[in-house]
Amino acid sequence: MNSKVKLDDLNVHFGGTHAVKGVTIDFPANSVTAIIGPSGCGKSTVLRAINRMHDMTPGARVSGRILLDETDIYGRGVDPVAIRRRIGMVFQKPNPFPAMSIHDNVIAGYKLNGRMRRDEADEIVETSLQRVALWDEVKDRLKSNAMELSGGQQQRLCIARTIAVRPDVILMDEPASALDPISTLKIEELIEELKERYTIIIVTHNMQQAARVSDVTAFFYLGELIECDVTKKIFTTPDRKQTEDYITGRFG
Amino acid sequence: MSDVTASHRWKIEKGLSGDFIFKAVTVLFAFSILVILMLMLYEMVSQSLPSLRKFGGHFITGMEWDAVQENFGALPFIYGSVVSSILALLLATPLAVGTALFITEIAPRRLGGFAASLVELLAAIPSVIYGLWGILIMTPWLQQTVQPLLQKYLGFLPFFDGPAYGVSMLAGVLILMIMVVPIITSITKEVLMAVPRSQREAAIALGATRWEMIRMAVLPYGKSGILGAVILGLGRAIGETMAVTMVIGNNPQISLSLFSPAYTMPSVIANEFAEASSPLHSAALMNIGLLLLVITLIINALARLLLWSMSRGAARGTKL
Repeated sequence: MNSKVKLDDLNVHFGGTHAVKGVTIDFPANSVTAIIGPSGCGKSTVLRAINRMHDMTPGARVSGRILLDETDIYGRGVDPVAIRRRIGMVFQKPNPFPAMSIHDNVIAGYKLNGRMRRDEADEIVETSLQRVALWDEVKDRLKSNAMELSGGQQQRLCIARTIAVRPDVILMDEPASALDPISTLKIEELIEELKERYTIIIVTHNMQQAARVSDVTAFFYLGELIECDVTKKIFTTPDRKQTEDYITGRFG
Repeated sequence: MSDVTASHRWKIEKGLSGDFIFKAVTVLFAFSILVILMLMLYEMVSQSLPSLRKFGGHFITGMEWDAVQENFGALPFIYGSVVSSILALLLATPLAVGTALFITEIAPRRLGGFAASLVELLAAIPSVIYGLWGILIMTPWLQQTVQPLLQKYLGFLPFFDGPAYGVSMLAGVLILMIMVVPIITSITKEVLMAVPRSQREAAIALGATRWEMIRMAVLPYGKSGILGAVILGLGRAIGETMAVTMVIGNNPQISLSLFSPAYTMPSVIANEFAEASSPLHSAALMNIGLLLLVITLIINALARLLLWSMSRGAARGTKL
């Protein structure tokens, strides 16, 4: 598999804390990579480095290289705003814009590209909502407020909003951890479908979820990448003792 | 079984007596505010009765204010108060929201904190100091520099017509603007800081620039709070007495020109009450106070209505 995103000796510091230590890893294109590990192991920090979200955090320092295709996203002359349009992100808690309708939420990111015709917008809203399997549920009330949707629907709306921008990569930071089991199942099915078009990197603390949705799994512990391999292998015959202890529930 | 019930009952009775005193005290306090308001209203109505009897509705529409002929109409004062306050708010709101955005979104943390404490300092300056500064520094500057310039380039507009006295509606508007900027800024700052991080991140992750994030996530989220800040600013502007009295010129007239002196409701009360010669004169001043109270109440009610319809609108998802 050819890789879409490559981390090369990535280090992240917050003030005096060394949160991510020399991580080198490849994320294969059009597949789902799960990042697992106990709380505080730096998995979200790694994820947020990939679309330069740490730029917004005072005191955060990122060193090393992150290659998107062949471009170093921390390289000189690279616009973080443009990077984030190619690398979208879905957060732990659904965060639709409460002052906007469902329709406006979906188009919010795409609209940043400039003015567009009304039918163009409508088309993007429809295809994006169809891809997250939300269209049939909301097509009759696109003008109503996004906060009227259930938590699971809101999260799918947020995914629709992300794919409407047409990214290559979608980062997901525990996207189902605030949702009920049925909504979680829907999100997982959706991830399965989305990987045809997008490269997906998902952080999860739910090992069953990682086993269900991912092709590749990376195990992090104390800011270091311990092991990264095909998901099946990680969950059956991991190379490292620490990985085995974690997935069998001996610590975590 | 009976033991449980007994101890249960005992607990309820004990709770009641403590709660009863607490409840009685808070009810008393709450009602005392209502009583004070009612007493004030009653007193103001009864004191302005002579004026209410004589002029009735004409008091609001009357243009004359003649203490010698005892002919009183409050329209120029209402005009002065409402127009100066609204113009001041129109100028102050963008300034204040911009300052608050700078403090919360743009400035590095320490600079932002410094700017915020400066703003709070401005809010703490007594209004008579603003008035002094206005009369000694601002009005001469307006008279000699600003007004001639405005007249030269925009003199064809009715707003910049007539001789430049310095003391004018323009001076009143500017001093009010300076006085309401801090209050709107500091409340807007609190409102913006309450916008959750997840909202900002949502916009940033979609590829929004800082300005786009503010427009997409921060301002819509804080909309009703910012409106509340503006309303509080309006409340301050319309009730402000001292500074405005010192620079607005105190001439009861209605003129489109911002260069003309004007008069506000609090100013006329402050200026004339001590030397009100006749009962009717003081009744007329009381009547102005009553009107001011009513106008303030109406503004507050409208603001509540607006906030209410906005929050309901957001819930229903209508676009605002």
